[in-house]
Amino acid sequence: MRDEDPRAVAATDPAMVPGEVAAQPGARKPDPVLVIDSITRSFGGLRAVDVAHLEFQRGWITGLIGPNGAGKTTLFNLLTGFDRPNTGHWTFDGMPLSRLAPHQVARRGVVRTFQLTKALAKLTVLDNMRLAAPKQTGERLFGALLSTWGQQERANTHQAMELLTRFQLDTRADDLAGSLSGGQRKLLEMARALMMDPRVVMLDEPMAGVNPALTESLLQHVKALRDDGLTVVFVEHDMDVIRHISDWVVVMAQGRVIAEGRPEVLSSNKAVVDAYLGAHHDQALEFDAEGNPVGQTAVLVAEIESELEAAIEHGQDLSA
Amino acid sequence: MIDVPTLLANGIAALAGPSAIFFALLAIGLNIHFGYTGLLNFGQIGFALVGGYGMGIAVRYFGLPLWSGVLVGILAGVALALLLGIPTLRLRADYLAIVTIAAAEILRLITRSTSMTNFSGGTQGLTGYGGSFRQLSPFDDGRFYEFFGVRFLGQDLWSICLGWTVVGLSLILVFLLVRSPWGRVLKAIREDEDAVKALGKNVFVYKMQALVLGGVFGAVGGIVFALTTQSLTPDFYSPPQTFFAYTALIVGGAGRVFGPVIGSMIFWFVLSITDTFLRQATAGRNPLISFIDSQDVGAIRFVLVGVALALLMMFRPQGIVGKRSEVLLDAR
Amino acid sequence: MRPPGPVRSPSGARSGNSGSTRWAGGLLRALLVALIASLIASAALLGLAAPALVAPALAAPQPPPTSPTPSQQALPEQAGLPVSGTLRNVDGMLLAGVRVQVLDANGQQVASTTSNTNGHWELTVPSPGQYTFRIDQQSLPRGVLVLQGEVVRKVVPGTLSLVVFRFGAQRESLQTSAGAEVLRVLVDGVRFGLIIGITGVGLSLIFGTTGLTNFAHGELVTIGAVLAWTLNVTFGLQLILATLLAIVAGAALGAANDLGIWRPMRRRRAGLIAQLVISIGLALVLRYVVLIYFGGRSESFADYTNQVERNYGFLSITDKDLATIVISLAVMVGIALLLQRTRIGKAMRAVSDNRDLAASSGINVERVVLFVWVLAGALAALGGVLFGLSELGGTVQYEMGFNLLLLMFAGVILGGLGTAYGALVGCLIVGVLVQVSAQVIPVDLKYLGGLAVLIVILVIKPQGLLGSRARIG
Repeated sequence: MRDEDPRAVAATDPAMVPGEVAAQPGARKPDPVLVIDSITRSFGGLRAVDVAHLEFQRGWITGLIGPNGAGKTTLFNLLTGFDRPNTGHWTFDGMPLSRLAPHQVARRGVVRTFQLTKALAKLTVLDNMRLAAPKQTGERLFGALLSTWGQQERANTHQAMELLTRFQLDTRADDLAGSLSGGQRKLLEMARALMMDPRVVMLDEPMAGVNPALTESLLQHVKALRDDGLTVVFVEHDMDVIRHISDWVVVMAQGRVIAEGRPEVLSSNKAVVDAYLGAHHDQALEFDAEGNPVGQTAVLVAEIESELEAAIEHGQDLSA
Repeated sequence: MIDVPTLLANGIAALAGPSAIFFALLAIGLNIHFGYTGLLNFGQIGFALVGGYGMGIAVRYFGLPLWSGVLVGILAGVALALLLGIPTLRLRADYLAIVTIAAAEILRLITRSTSMTNFSGGTQGLTGYGGSFRQLSPFDDGRFYEFFGVRFLGQDLWSICLGWTVVGLSLILVFLLVRSPWGRVLKAIREDEDAVKALGKNVFVYKMQALVLGGVFGAVGGIVFALTTQSLTPDFYSPPQTFFAYTALIVGGAGRVFGPVIGSMIFWFVLSITDTFLRQATAGRNPLISFIDSQDVGAIRFVLVGVALALLMMFRPQGIVGKRSEVLLDAR
Repeated sequence: MRPPGPVRSPSGARSGNSGSTRWAGGLLRALLVALIASLIASAALLGLAAPALVAPALAAPQPPPTSPTPSQQALPEQAGLPVSGTLRNVDGMLLAGVRVQVLDANGQQVASTTSNTNGHWELTVPSPGQYTFRIDQQSLPRGVLVLQGEVVRKVVPGTLSLVVFRFGAQRESLQTSAGAEVLRVLVDGVRFGLIIGITGVGLSLIFGTTGLTNFAHGELVTIGAVLAWTLNVTFGLQLILATLLAIVAGAALGAANDLGIWRPMRRRRAGLIAQLVISIGLALVLRYVVLIYFGGRSESFADYTNQVERNYGFLSITDKDLATIVISLAVMVGIALLLQRTRIGKAMRAVSDNRDLAASSGINVERVVLFVWVLAGALAALGGVLFGLSELGGTVQYEMGFNLLLLMFAGVILGGLGTAYGALVGCLIVGVLVQVSAQVIPVDLKYLGGLAVLIVILVIKPQGLLGSRARIG
């Protein structure tokens, strides 16, 4: 029924849509593939996620940005079943996805990657890919003994090699995934996600820890995903990356969606700027007689330091 | 002073004998749990207990024929795995270790309790269930048979043959499974469960299957051993046995098909040689080693096992046939 | 949990040097307080009971329990079989000069003897069999009434036989009210729980600060008890002194553990699972070394073994049980003070909470960890002695620590692994549960209650009652 709708035609051409879609948090999209309602997640007394309404448009690359602690990864975890919300429900193509386990979410076509790559280091690159293949009766206990899974294995291997070639990892097919560089592991994760024949790909900070030289190539791959008809949602810190490839941007801060819109519009949005720099950017800094920070400044220093420590621990590129 | 031929003969008898078979089966089960899936099951001896006692009680208390008893023992292993696994598989590794030890101890305490004497024989144990097994033996019970200079008693030889046949079949099964896509999923789970979930696999089901399979091997080990020794005593099924099985597994190489068997054979070979050596060295009027009593030799062996286990984990966690790169044990 | 990574300390951080002397001061103070409190308490209680506690030089060994020892030690065979006993009145007074006669199955007297000034008597029967042992009532001192003056015993070769006669007025069967029963069980439970608690808190703190699940902790308990026993029985030191020395040795053993094994492992970035398995290897080594040295039987302490319950109105309790409770409580209070008031205590809590953050605030994490091990070792040794004294009837066995280990895990996990207060609470609950369950289920299954609690709590609420909501699974 949507096919007759003239707006559906418009929906496939992002350039035509801006006029249709309001640049407001919770804006409705012409053909949403994911619809989220009233989702909250609290840890102790802290509200990590509190989103009233959010829709992701089919076939777009939507960037999800916000400062550290904004709740982006938590939202990812909730949507893909890795965490349970306190309230809320969401649908994928009209199907409810709310209380499903992560493997069920993945099987239905919503596939995610992780901020710290989870390339299975002690398996080979090819085994990583074969693991992702949806059709393999040999993966069942009795199937492993009784069925002829060899044929499926060959078919899966063939498809895996095609994908690996596309991501230029084919020469490393028989190497242990642990021997790949950081950027190559990101590519492997992306290739592996594609093995699952997904409809929505959710990338959690795909550029984190990647050599800047490789960033461009990664971005091209992400764009290629969209061009293949997939919907892409990705979390990112870097505004440049966002501007480069997103069709749409959702900005989160302190668990809420504070802004949505086309990427070029957002850098001048005051709410967005405030969220990144903090409302204190006009405040004077205070020090005591020995030069140690005190009061609000001390709090700010502590926050910055813990962010930096977290960044070091997660292996992130500090220059980002 | 040291009788080397006897030393070696004892060693070979040990590495081919019932203890090696028992620990090989236990370790094969542990290999599935720990070597391939990363489950830290420290109650494996509990599976041997339910296997052996399941069979013994079925025959002695319920009057079932021996083959039914064997089946009961195996099913008891499955049941224990399900009972343990359903509530605890989502716990992290060290908690699972504690729970499984506690479960095995609970089983032992119940089995040895005087209140259970009618059922399980209490502290005195159970006998007299394995008669039909003995009758099947093609060997003469009283005769000595000689292989490679080592003499085996006929009645032991039958159990040993059966035992190694079971081990062989188990290895074939493990080989098939581990090379299959199912085995690949296990290895992936061992490394990172979340990644596997994100790839659409139901991790809980896999872990449960691994727990059940490994537990069944443990139960079969208990059954075979009970048939060999023709007696069941509760205090045999104590936590140190699981630790020894782990040592055997790690010596051989966890995560490799032959690791448990090689490890078990080496473990018993070395233990037996050490035992014989120490006994010879502390015996007589002019002992080679005078600061230990021959009575202490039994305990010294276990001290050595403890030292070996600790040193292995520190310096060579992949054991003999393992690959360092594949070893789980460096992971957190 | 990760070991401290490369972390920058804030520019205003103080250097470690001036901090450490303050920690040392605080630590000393807290330890002194705890020690003095427990010393005063126990000296007062036991000093009052001095006459009854003149122990015979060597307590008669108990008959060997069925323990799964790889090497059984056989008792020497003797010509004629020894039988002995000590005659003690209900108020603790030793009865000297009393005749004890032995009649065989036909009623013929085969031996007789008289008790010495310590109330002790000894004789031999010619062969194994059933005998009747009888007190000659005319030889009793005036005013002493005999309750059970005739005992029939089967004398078995290879064991030292003990015969006990009971004296005192016939007690009207006290209708012990249900309330008194409940109180009794509760007190036993609290006493046991306190013992589990003081040993378990060390286990919990080691986990909290280093992430190690220390399976060798039970052996630290055993070793403490064995050391105290050696000093007490072999070297003849009074038990209190022996215990104090054992505590010091336990502390040293804890330090040796950390410095010799765990610190190098942490430096090498060894995984926590690997460390767990190493701790199991260590447990095996320690356990069987103890077996070699100590033997497979239970052995008694030389002091405080046979005690009489004193009536305190609503409760009857032996002195050693009461002392155990008081000492354990004093130690717990000491630990609580340590954690709350001293620098080292706060540092311990900080490291338990979040190691990297603690390190970045200038805390010397390795020093805190060493202190935790020292404390854990000392507490384990004390706990071992108290465990033997009060729960095991004044005996020490080579497996005692392992039995306690599982209950420690139960208590600590119940309360929240890694917390200190949680550990104390959890262990108390486990102790009470074990004693309560002994009323309902067969006695040899007593520890089962604790183990079952462990499994249940891990299934329902793995972070424990007071634990943080960190990811457990």
